[in-house]
Amino acid sequence: MPQSADQIKDHIPLFKEPEYQEMFARKKAAFENCHADARVAEIADWTKSWDYREKNLAREALVVNPQKACQPLGALFAAAGFDGTLGYVHGSQGCAAYFRSHLSRHFKEASSVVSDSMTEDAAVFGGLNNMVEGLANAYTLYKPKMIAVCTTCMAEVIGDDLQAFIATAKQKGSVPEGFRVPYAHTPSFVGSHTTGYDNMMKGILSAFWEGKTRTPNESINIIPGFDGYSVGNVRELKRVLKLMDVDATILSDTSDVYDTPTDGEFRMYAGGTTEEEAIGALNAKATLSLSGGCTPQTLKYIEEQGQETVAFTYPMGLGATDDFLMTLSRLTGKPIPKDLAMERGRLVDAIADSMSWLHGKKFAVYGDPDFTYAMVRFLMEMGAEPTHVLCTNTTKKWEADIAELLASSPFGASAQVWPGRDLWHLRSILATEPADFLIGNSYGKYIEKDLGIPLIRLTFPIFDRHHHHRFPTMFYQGGLRVLVTILDKVFDHLDASSDISFDLTR
Amino acid sequence: MSLDYKNDSDLAKEAIAEALDAYPEKAAKKRKKHLGTIDVTEEGTSCGVKSNVKSVPGVMTIRGCAYAGSKGVCWGPIKDMVHISHGPVGCGQYSWSQRRNYYNGTTGVDSFVTMQITSDFQEKDIVFGGDKILEKMIDEAKELFPLARGFSVQSECPIGLIGDDIEAVARKKAKDVGLPVIPVRCEGFRGVSQSLGHHIANDTVRDWVFTRENTEVFESTPYDVNIIGDYNIGGDAWSSRILLEEIGLRVIAQWTGDSTLAEMERAPKAKINLIHCYRSMNYICRHMEEKYNIPWMEYNFFGPSQIEKSLRKIAAHFDETIQANAERVIAKYRPMADAIIAKFRPRLEGKKVLLYVGGLRPRHTATAYEDLGMQIVGAGYEFAHNDDYQRTTEYMKDGTLIFDDVTGAELETFIEKLRPDLVGSGIKEKYSVQKMGVPFRQMHSWDYSGPYHGYDGFAVFARDMDMAINNPVWSMHKAPWLQAAAE
Repeated sequence: MPQSADQIKDHIPLFKEPEYQEMFARKKAAFENCHADARVAEIADWTKSWDYREKNLAREALVVNPQKACQPLGALFAAAGFDGTLGYVHGSQGCAAYFRSHLSRHFKEASSVVSDSMTEDAAVFGGLNNMVEGLANAYTLYKPKMIAVCTTCMAEVIGDDLQAFIATAKQKGSVPEGFRVPYAHTPSFVGSHTTGYDNMMKGILSAFWEGKTRTPNESINIIPGFDGYSVGNVRELKRVLKLMDVDATILSDTSDVYDTPTDGEFRMYAGGTTEEEAIGALNAKATLSLSGGCTPQTLKYIEEQGQETVAFTYPMGLGATDDFLMTLSRLTGKPIPKDLAMERGRLVDAIADSMSWLHGKKFAVYGDPDFTYAMVRFLMEMGAEPTHVLCTNTTKKWEADIAELLASSPFGASAQVWPGRDLWHLRSILATEPADFLIGNSYGKYIEKDLGIPLIRLTFPIFDRHHHHRFPTMFYQGGLRVLVTILDKVFDHLDASSDISFDLTR
Repeated sequence: MSLDYKNDSDLAKEAIAEALDAYPEKAAKKRKKHLGTIDVTEEGTSCGVKSNVKSVPGVMTIRGCAYAGSKGVCWGPIKDMVHISHGPVGCGQYSWSQRRNYYNGTTGVDSFVTMQITSDFQEKDIVFGGDKILEKMIDEAKELFPLARGFSVQSECPIGLIGDDIEAVARKKAKDVGLPVIPVRCEGFRGVSQSLGHHIANDTVRDWVFTRENTEVFESTPYDVNIIGDYNIGGDAWSSRILLEEIGLRVIAQWTGDSTLAEMERAPKAKINLIHCYRSMNYICRHMEEKYNIPWMEYNFFGPSQIEKSLRKIAAHFDETIQANAERVIAKYRPMADAIIAKFRPRLEGKKVLLYVGGLRPRHTATAYEDLGMQIVGAGYEFAHNDDYQRTTEYMKDGTLIFDDVTGAELETFIEKLRPDLVGSGIKEKYSVQKMGVPFRQMHSWDYSGPYHGYDGFAVFARDMDMAINNPVWSMHKAPWLQAAAE
């Protein structure tokens, strides 16, 4: 008997016990009708061959292990960063369950979102009644300061008109006339979660700014973008802004929303950009987007209001942080303080201390456009070589930008760029042209297991490691954290594979 | 060793009143029908809640959709088939690898459970339809996954709205590739919860798997059984199967955790269907009973009391050898189960539990908690039907709070009011409950632990409930200076 009260075995050791191993063998031999082991081994080898790679890369319709989510996820993330805002999904309720679960699994936090539960009848007659009833119930039950509505693909396919529906719901008294119900159409069959972020951000700013006249002042707005590290990064951003003595408004601040304490009280709403801040943001001199790939429409809208806008690509590492700080300094007229120069020096110091373990190491990187861009840039700054860069939710802009970036450094010379590809492609690519390390998210663990290429988790979603999002990856301090994360994996891997060279000091 | 206790039905009724108070009138009226208490009278036991109807819009239902019920629950675990999430990228992405349906096999080669395979619909596919793409996908999947035994097409919302004919594609491609292609109309807007997705998945097994010519040469024995409705979460089906084998039965099919297409096809050759998750797979059992004359029985492998009862009930369908084996197996495991109880019961005695899960587990796990001396004070289901609530009354004690399709706000009120020592529910509920300082276990995924079925699983279950409740963190959530100020 494998189990005992003294030593309780859960699934990890239990199924290695002979009783279970024998049972598996019996099931397989007698009942599964599985292919012969030799045949499975043969095909397994073939899936790692050049022949397979060519067939795999020739796929036109099948998508396997893609690296993107759908629009509403990004829309709800953007909405969550505004004070007292309840995300509202117009369409099928199952989608809301999925978005909430997805965010909760990454942040280890509640994600409060309602849906108006459209079913067959709504598919035929439209979801107006659901909206009228849903807004009224959500407003009364959850007492939000604002309800941000996005759509599922069901509502999009049948062509529900959010503007008209919300207006009708207001007329019918679902919510008070003056109550803000920003909205965004977020069809899942267009773009990805980053598109949804953009659409909702534009929708929310429009709701705050509509009918108002801009009186320009010297303040700055900053939009963080869809970022799994938003908790750590927005807090780090605030610290940097304080050091710079810059008064900035963060538009969609999820740092407290996805990091609430356990102290006996569940805070359904926590932190976020306030109404006053969001309205005041219209008057800002400029808006900086930390993740331009998440905000093209939003920045366009902001420019139309008369502000200067600057788009960054996830300021991680030295050069990207330098650019951000110098831009901030130019816009505000405030000098970059000595403290930040010291921090920069410390990051350079750390890289100098460790560069020999990174120089020339080959990295495969995948993820959202801005993350991959930033990661590649930072790797090259450290003398590492990005050899494969893969992005499922690619854009033409990303393709041009990443090509230019890689061309700017000798460390980018061996890189291959894989726009619009998925992780099953990457598996073939790495099986035939391996890298030393893989940088991505939790989904990369399947490639790590299949090919033995160590995975470094540095982007959303991270389900199987805890609390990474509480620490920054952006700016100099975040760069240090990213450096250490990479180094830890490099050293762990080195120790695990060392025999003679099992050195105490490295 | 059933515990004898009564819950405070007045407190439960107060909690219901308080929860309903928060709603607008119309919603309160609707929700009132879904909240009740177990009422034990001389005429019998009832809970009187309404179920399996549409969720109220805007209230934060915890339910999912038909796709989740079909792809996520029933079809997804069948390991040697490629399950295509047909439509936009999201559904497959969010459900990717989240059910913990364990399996043996080589992923991407002869097994495909933990892969997200999707048509990733773009706008043009909505406009022009996805049938052509689906055809091409099946060809490409056949080429890249040559060991796959078949394909299923799990429809997402747009499929049913744009008039695609996935059945026609399935018939055509099945011929082309010489493998079964199963079209499943599990669009998320169908029905009121995951439940219709289970039903649709069952129906597609009936219509598209059982109708295929089965040329397998299979020698039956009088001891052939199927495990139905065990998805092998954290290995549950395995820690169940081992017991059935030990009492001398031959499990010829395991649905659908760690299952293969062959096991699906072979099921009608069994002597009896043993069904664990009644809610999600009773349909196919009824069909097999009607068409193949195979009886079915429900069993419950949570906790020693129910395991013993179930083993005897199962054995009663067979001869004396099996019955004697069952007694032997019960006797063999009893000392271990007793040792587990002796170890954990003193730490868990009298602890109050509130459960909100799917359509089966609250009633099925109730006795396992009671085996450990714990008491169920509240229980609810996301997608149970009337027959589930009827079955629930057998398990729950007088005065237990019962809630159907609970909303986020109601659950918070119930927890505040009843102050359970442990809440068992899902990932969406986990963190809000823990913030309130209340211990929590995910009871869909076993909180990344398991198995919980069978004797081996009970040990893990007991350990996990103990660690959830008795971890020192729950005594630390109040800052001492604030606590002192409050006192």
